[in-house]
Amino acid sequence: MREIITVANKEFHDGLRNRWLLSITLIFAVLSVGLTYFGAAASGTTGLTSLSTTVASLASLAVFLIPLIALLLSYDSFVGEQEGGTLLLLLTYPLSKNQLLFGKFLGQGGIITLATTLGFGTSAILLFIQHNDVEILQTFGYFILSATLLGLSFTAIAYIISLMASEKSKAAGVALITWFFFALVFDLALLALLVGVQTGLSQSALTQLMMLNPADIFRLVNLAGLDSTDVNGALAIAINANLSQVQLLTILCGWVILPLTIASLIFRTKKL
Amino acid sequence: MNKPLVSLKNVSKHYKQLKALTSINLDLAQGEVLGLFGHNGAGKTTMMKLILGVISPDVGSVTVMDMQPDHKSAWHMRARMGYLPENVMFYEQLSGLEVLTYFARLKGKTKAHAKELLEQVGIAHAMMRPVKTYSKGMRQRLGLAQAFIGQPKLLLLDEPTVGLDPSATAEFYQSVDQLKTQGTSVVLCSHVLPGVEQHIDRAMIISGGTTLALGTIAELRASANLPTKIMPVGLNGILAEDKMLNPYLDSTSTLKVPEQEKLNILRYLLADSTLSDIAVESANLEQVYQYYLAKGANQSAGIHMALDKSKAEA
Repeated sequence: MREIITVANKEFHDGLRNRWLLSITLIFAVLSVGLTYFGAAASGTTGLTSLSTTVASLASLAVFLIPLIALLLSYDSFVGEQEGGTLLLLLTYPLSKNQLLFGKFLGQGGIITLATTLGFGTSAILLFIQHNDVEILQTFGYFILSATLLGLSFTAIAYIISLMASEKSKAAGVALITWFFFALVFDLALLALLVGVQTGLSQSALTQLMMLNPADIFRLVNLAGLDSTDVNGALAIAINANLSQVQLLTILCGWVILPLTIASLIFRTKKL
Repeated sequence: MNKPLVSLKNVSKHYKQLKALTSINLDLAQGEVLGLFGHNGAGKTTMMKLILGVISPDVGSVTVMDMQPDHKSAWHMRARMGYLPENVMFYEQLSGLEVLTYFARLKGKTKAHAKELLEQVGIAHAMMRPVKTYSKGMRQRLGLAQAFIGQPKLLLLDEPTVGLDPSATAEFYQSVDQLKTQGTSVVLCSHVLPGVEQHIDRAMIISGGTTLALGTIAELRASANLPTKIMPVGLNGILAEDKMLNPYLDSTSTLKVPEQEKLNILRYLLADSTLSDIAVESANLEQVYQYYLAKGANQSAGIHMALDKSKAEA
């Protein structure tokens, strides 16, 4: 345990030192406060319009940003140390590969978790002070929880990339492709499937397919509880599926554990 | 006799097509300093990795402190080993003290221990500065401090003196001598040879993954049977004419004399009253090393020729 804490502590402090925590928190805070108060500016009004519109627009922006940030933060975790020679050195220490992996995950996951909580929490608290409505806290609570899990999931995916890549620059390229796939291509493919398949895709089949993408699960978590009038496209159909937020969050947790397990297996067979 | 601290028995390690190591046998006693010499790609780093337990041998067995280093139960033993990899880039944005504290904590040691080590290697004045501002020599010293964490019983040093200036090199060898008296075994991996001879107990020369020679420098020198250089000054140019000296003449003023003839020739030269000065140079480690490498190359060339011949015959 001491080893894991030591590694986590180092990674967390690296995150502080590189201003990652500060910049991510700032981005999230500006985004959420901005959307909360000026999201309706296009229609000529400022101030909170409706909670569901706010969360819907927050979610559709965060779904692009969070995976990108997590991948950027973690893609060089292993390949970077491998290039510098410290990975080999660390493995000659009384430190197992899993301890190193979980230590890094704890440290970098801590940065993501703290940034999401502080960043999005700001506007939640501002709103709560103004409106004194418990529903705000609850909705934002789910939002922050799912955003954190989404970030952790992509941190773990970044570790897989980092452990498989032979060079840092290749890892960066693969990370970008991964982001592009999950954030854009996957949904386009789903839409194409929806339109293209003549016999029609059943609602449950569509929802099941969406479980293959953590970004879509994140969207579902946050839109499931809202007015479906604020949501359109393929999501609207999926939302009507009867998956509870807790179930969705559990699946999202699976999307953290699964890549982390795969990363651990890859690390075990990795040649140094 | 004490049990060896490190023992490699008939160890082979192959990567896909590359035979990194073949049939290596080595026993390293406690407090012994072994010089491991070979060209780049000779298998030095692979051997270190095997001893460290980062990789496992394909054939044979590696034992370190009575344990298999690649086995799970040997993890706690790793705190008693120090390793300096070649060309390691420490975390650039961290300060020297932060880097060393991180590594010390992983071995269960404190920040105070890290500070002591930084003082020992002589970079305590720069410990608050980020590593990216360090010179090559300072980085190397930081690496050494890292290897010294926790007073290891076994030190594996890959090219430890690269980038060190002569005085730092001397200081480094002093600390090796000091560790040796404390009972630490050291494997010094190097291809920089001058100066290392007096600090090692035995030398191992490897090439292409096989052992070419293993023994004390004196043993290696004796079995290589390299001539001693004698350079007399004076003598009024009789070297070429003298029947006794003529066969050994290498150039106008240098004699190359086999080890067993050395004293006879010296006595003969000293008897000459016109001799004004004399220099005697035994074969150094560099020459011994070159001799064994050439011998190894000849042998493998011989094997290839024999193979070609048998193929041709078939």
